[in-house]
Amino acid sequence: MNDPGPYRPLTYFQLMEVSLRELLVEKGIVTEAQVAEEVEAMRKRGYERGSRVVARAWVDAEYKKRLLANGTKACEELGLEVPALKLLVVENTPEVHNAVVCTLCSFYPRMLLGIPPEWYKSRNYRSRMVREPRAVLAEFGLDIPESVTIRVHDSTADMRYLVLPMRPAGTEGWSEERLASLVNRDSMIGVAVPRV
Amino acid sequence: MAEPQFHTGDRVRVMEVFPLGHVRTPFYIRGKTGTVERYCGSFPNPEELAQMRDGLPAQPLYRVKFRQKDVWPDYRGSPDDLLEVEIYQHWLEKT
Repeated sequence: MNDPGPYRPLTYFQLMEVSLRELLVEKGIVTEAQVAEEVEAMRKRGYERGSRVVARAWVDAEYKKRLLANGTKACEELGLEVPALKLLVVENTPEVHNAVVCTLCSFYPRMLLGIPPEWYKSRNYRSRMVREPRAVLAEFGLDIPESVTIRVHDSTADMRYLVLPMRPAGTEGWSEERLASLVNRDSMIGVAVPRV
Repeated sequence: MAEPQFHTGDRVRVMEVFPLGHVRTPFYIRGKTGTVERYCGSFPNPEELAQMRDGLPAQPLYRVKFRQKDVWPDYRGSPDDLLEVEIYQHWLEKT
């Protein structure tokens, strides 16, 4: 049998979660099965929805305009339900590179990008991304020339951000599906750019 | 809903105050001056919601754009680099 490691009591927040969940079940508001199903659905959710939105904006200029004007509505057009999400889409151009952080906690457009990566929630990323974004981006392997303005978005309140990366050269005539396959999670947070 | 008082392009200063409790204005931006980028709509005040109250009247929320050099005098990077933060109206004053 595998060594289970030393005994660790539940943390404060684990205890709170168990207490709240058991209370909701006891009061008949949700069932254990519903909780398990929702957790499973959240775990399975990846960033593919975000990629679809970006690819559509790349091939359809009118859609892109609507996306930049009202991100939430434009997602609904594609049949993507984004409840409780005020989505702001910020566009990368040859002059401006956008990147997203949440210094207060870890606000993130989960409905489009799934569960945030560990580093997004780390103190290191959260504190340094607003202070020395160029150094942080370089650590992700992204060197932004001085001539390009960096716009960092601190997601502190009710908005959620999605970066619309630039469509790479050499993708002329590609299908929407093929384009979507270029758009990874990091490029929609702004710590990477799509490459062919 | 509290009436929105600021418009895109207005110069605003974030209040340099330190209330206790749940606050969504980061410390690093307090006392800094920036420009309203857009009005984002009005939302129940999170400071009140955290106290189990209704947070009404809803507070106007803005995206405020700061020059990195105005936030961090020793900032390394282009002088055009920007930092944008969401700030509720009751934290802002006109300059």
